[in-house]
Amino acid sequence: MNEMTPPKEERAAALKGLGTARKRVEDARFTQGKGNYVDDIKLPGMLFGDFVRSPYAHARIKSIKADKAMELPGVVAVLTAEDLAPLKLHWMPTLAGDVQMVLADGKVLFQGQEVAFVVAEDRYAASDAVELVEVEYEELPVVVDPFKAQEDDAPVLREDLDGKSEGAHGPRRHHNHIFTWEQGDKDATEAVISSADVVAEEMVYYHRTHPCPLETCGCVASMDKVNGKLTVHGTFQAPHAVRTVASLISGIAEHNIRIISPDIGGGFGNKVGVYPGYICAIVASIVTGVPVKWVEDRMENLMSTAFARDYWMNGKIAATKDGTITGLWCHTTADHGAFDACADPTKFPAGFMNICTGSYDIPTAYLAVDGIYTNKAPGGVAYRCSFRVTEAAYFIERMIEVLALKLGMDSAELRAKNFIKKEQFPYQSALGWEYDSGDYHTAWDKALRAVDYEGLRKEQAQRLEDFKAGKTRKLIGIGLTHFTEIVGAGPVKNCDILGLGMFDSCEIRIHPTGSAIARLGTISQGQGHATTFAQILASEIGIPADDITLEEGDTDTAPYGLGTYGSRSTPVAGAATAMAGRKIRAKAQMIAAYLLEVHDDDVEWDIDRFAVKGAPERFKTMKEIAFASYNQAIPGIEPGLEAVSYYDPPNMTYPFGAYVCVMEIDVDTGETGIRQFYALDDCGTRINPMIIEGQVHGGLTEALAIAMGQEIAYDELGNVKTGTMMDFFLPTSWETPHYTTDHTVTPSPHHPIGAKGVGESPNVGGVPAFSNAVHDAFRTFGLTQTHMPHDHWRIWKAANDLGLHG
Amino acid sequence: MSKSHINMTVNGKTVDVLAEPRQLLIHVLREELGITGPHIGCETSHCGACTVDMDGKSVKSCTVFAAQANGADVTTIEGLGNPDGLHVLQEMFKEHHGLQCGYCTPGMITRAYRLLQENPDPTEEEVRFGMAGNLCRCTGYQNIVKAIMAAASEINAAKEAAQ
Amino acid sequence: MIPAPFAYHRPDTVQSAVKLLSDHGDDARVIAGGHSLIPLMKVRMTDIAHLIDLRDISDLKGITVSGRSVTLGAMTTQHELIEDKALAKAVPIIREAALQIADPQVRYVGTVGGNVANGDPGNDMPGLMQCLDATYELAGPGGTREVQARDFYESAYFTARDDEEILTTVRFETPDGGYAYEKQKRKIGDYATAAAAVTLSMSGGKCASASIAMTNLSDTPIYCEGSVEALVGSDCGEDAVSAAVAAMQGAIDPQEDNRGPVEFKRHVAGIMLRRAIERAVSRA
Repeated sequence: MNEMTPPKEERAAALKGLGTARKRVEDARFTQGKGNYVDDIKLPGMLFGDFVRSPYAHARIKSIKADKAMELPGVVAVLTAEDLAPLKLHWMPTLAGDVQMVLADGKVLFQGQEVAFVVAEDRYAASDAVELVEVEYEELPVVVDPFKAQEDDAPVLREDLDGKSEGAHGPRRHHNHIFTWEQGDKDATEAVISSADVVAEEMVYYHRTHPCPLETCGCVASMDKVNGKLTVHGTFQAPHAVRTVASLISGIAEHNIRIISPDIGGGFGNKVGVYPGYICAIVASIVTGVPVKWVEDRMENLMSTAFARDYWMNGKIAATKDGTITGLWCHTTADHGAFDACADPTKFPAGFMNICTGSYDIPTAYLAVDGIYTNKAPGGVAYRCSFRVTEAAYFIERMIEVLALKLGMDSAELRAKNFIKKEQFPYQSALGWEYDSGDYHTAWDKALRAVDYEGLRKEQAQRLEDFKAGKTRKLIGIGLTHFTEIVGAGPVKNCDILGLGMFDSCEIRIHPTGSAIARLGTISQGQGHATTFAQILASEIGIPADDITLEEGDTDTAPYGLGTYGSRSTPVAGAATAMAGRKIRAKAQMIAAYLLEVHDDDVEWDIDRFAVKGAPERFKTMKEIAFASYNQAIPGIEPGLEAVSYYDPPNMTYPFGAYVCVMEIDVDTGETGIRQFYALDDCGTRINPMIIEGQVHGGLTEALAIAMGQEIAYDELGNVKTGTMMDFFLPTSWETPHYTTDHTVTPSPHHPIGAKGVGESPNVGGVPAFSNAVHDAFRTFGLTQTHMPHDHWRIWKAANDLGLHG
Repeated sequence: MSKSHINMTVNGKTVDVLAEPRQLLIHVLREELGITGPHIGCETSHCGACTVDMDGKSVKSCTVFAAQANGADVTTIEGLGNPDGLHVLQEMFKEHHGLQCGYCTPGMITRAYRLLQENPDPTEEEVRFGMAGNLCRCTGYQNIVKAIMAAASEINAAKEAAQ
Repeated sequence: MIPAPFAYHRPDTVQSAVKLLSDHGDDARVIAGGHSLIPLMKVRMTDIAHLIDLRDISDLKGITVSGRSVTLGAMTTQHELIEDKALAKAVPIIREAALQIADPQVRYVGTVGGNVANGDPGNDMPGLMQCLDATYELAGPGGTREVQARDFYESAYFTARDDEEILTTVRFETPDGGYAYEKQKRKIGDYATAAAAVTLSMSGGKCASASIAMTNLSDTPIYCEGSVEALVGSDCGEDAVSAAVAAMQGAIDPQEDNRGPVEFKRHVAGIMLRRAIERAVSRA
């Protein structure tokens, strides 16, 4: 080794590559208020759009009069379905193979539905004009209950589907029925259940909620009539897919559309869908010839822009007397609202709900999901989870608890007894997935030891005695969860959205002086891609992460990709990044060999350089190689150092984790306090531990919100009862507990760097952990199921029903 | 409704804006003055993304009319530090990963600034209570609390060193 | 969420504010901290042509503790109530309650006058002022008059204040003995699911005096005379407390909302009152 060469550890550390708690490069601008979010964009001559929305959940529209609105100074246009119809834009395709009204066409089907789009010179004038648009409605019967919606005499919601007995996902058996999706072996499962020693049965409801990122959805559409180019800045989690969809439905050639996702103020699934506001802003810009901004307000966001969950999961779980699970049966009634706009891969109308066998070796299983129309907002999105994975995890983790209760067995022991064993991976599940890797027993044992599980149970038992003796009115609940996710959609052979394969991409250019720019098909909404993807690359190509710029979100410059949701960025785009890096390195190897005058095979990679095998003092650093690639004529090698990779993952990844929540519950008031929360995550190879920890904190807090209070609730007339942040529960720093994080590392065998993704694990695992804690507190009193959200009154009601109030 | 002159001091500079009385302070800052650090999150005074410092108090600028702010001294995130010299809170938020999407961050730091002015050496409980008017959807607050505690220590250490 | 247009006035005396109110009648509203009013205006649930901002009226500011009598200017903010050391010493229940209102930002601007005057059953100060047997001073075109907090509230958002009057001052005597403000809410920033304000004094093991009022359990705050009767003269033991709770539960009329159904609120009201009495006794 050359005396000037720093030791390997020092050179590796200088890269700030994989495994480094690298500080985020995004933060300089965010901490100074210099982020650039959609509502920060101000273009010359820009107009503002605002919606007239339906106050009714189901009504026929008799007339819309815009004269008074148009007379208001500053008002430029009022668009209705009638105006969009000639362009065939009054309806739009949904991600789920259905169609959705852009503006109300003859009737409205949910409260808050878009009826007319007012365009004015500023947002104040637009808002004033909305008040002046006169809409005459004739109210129709409302159905908000998906079971009532299936009755013979239920109101017909989708008149446009009249007589259509076949939907995008097979036969429809009722006018409000969308699809039936079946997985697994029904007959075999029913046979197992009918002959089992023990069967536990429960209806597990995962209530309707909303991702509610702090920034609402919005866009600025700008049609440049001179060069025929449409530019849309918007809150898009999948900018390329938006470009393709915009082209297909508008008829504008795709090369004339540029979609830019600027900084995004949180997404959590909310910003995957295509919403009427985007279409109307685009049309308005085309019509007026100037840029048009539309940014929804918070009430509009909660009422109309997507929702999450709303799954009624009826389950049966069978086991032998000693607690070996033999079968799982689930029938889900899925409330999809007025239009089926769920954001799932095309072939999966219920997402990956068939991961509902969870972490357990269940030999026989069956799942059926019925999608139903109701008078609620459309858009079942994956709120900080892969598609319907949180529903699946909640279902199985509740069923395990219910079974444990029936068996009279400790649920930690029941879990351990049924885990898929380390040596069983890759594991074929009864519902069709191939789990890539896992070591559940190790994680579980570590978690139970870390919290002193036995000690907790003893304390709980003592508390129970004290409670029964009248010494206290507080119970302790210990919420356990071992979850397995399925993320990283996904292999093109079975994953697409509107026909677009769910690969992702990375393009890298190394500059002559040895720094680099990488562009990806994904888009960060707070995950810190610019920090972590540069780390992946630093380790792959030996250029310090600090010397790598990372860009996403501009479809004119970034390679095509399907975007960021479902924890797919690291598994798919992260893999593409590593693969593109390897292409760079392969070329660099040839350049180095040429410069060192040896054969390609006679040089070897050494952190940030290629060195001659057996002669480490003879080397070329990546910086030298980069310069050489631009200034030397190397026979047989093109100048420059660039690479692009489109990565089609061979499989999904299966992150898992073990969570324990210790909760104090005031039986008299229903108030709860989280005394301890331990989260062990195994996301495979860990890219940036600081960011992983941050993701876990955040995901757990969203889980806390969902489990303990957050919901989109409707009254019987279809009025949204939780339309502002007064009633839509988002915990503050005061209600949020302190979390303890931990990890094991079981790399994914098929991912180039072994990473699995982590952003959604804490939500998927957190919800059952919080909910199980509530149930566990009342376990000995016979409680099997009380539905979320576990707000004060519902907990009080559960206690009251158990006779605990004297 | 006619517009009138609103005179304010914003980040140390005197400004004169023509605005309708009903215009919200957050809109005046963002759209008339191009100060886009404070953000709009809930519009009902729950989330605190629009927090600015007004006459020495943290206020939610989505719930203040421009006319009410006439004569006020307003500081936004843009007034706390600059690229050549970040405020210690800005540094500590970076250092302790106290932000993710960045949307709540300007309001969060601006509120933390006032909290530390009033309580220079807060306990974790006091930070959690004092920051409860600002929602964050990404971080779960743990690192925000850590960042603010660290900033307090830094400021106090600097004060001691100066004495 | 954009409010409709209005004309803005910022008088600097009570008299000129009252004059503006008289001039514009139903079209005018006064604004103090604005955190109840402005969100309503933003969703256009209220129509106001003239907004009269009281912020520049120096006569409406200030906290005076003089002997046993306490005077709060209507424009005193919750933050000022919390920070005022003399007040915290004289009437600590004020600070205890104010800390449970809204969040830090809102407490900087939210005022005691706005909180007691607008008649929102969710506000905490009206019940507290009934507990303290406060007197409100109202200024109108014909001069000033006084109304007891216990007589002020008629129904949700309807009070004894005439449209042309401004609530200028809140006055009360420092209570004897112990105190407690118990509030259950869903989270910081929320109104009460149920709240109880209690002051009481003990003498020779017996309750010598008491005062009790409940918040957000009817369309007005509820002063619980029956509960007071149950306590005074008792040892504040289990029977007396149960009787006080029962009397209170007979007086309230909670409505179902997102915080829960009626029977839950009744139960929680009982728990809050029980805890407040116990804590007040422990401090008496």
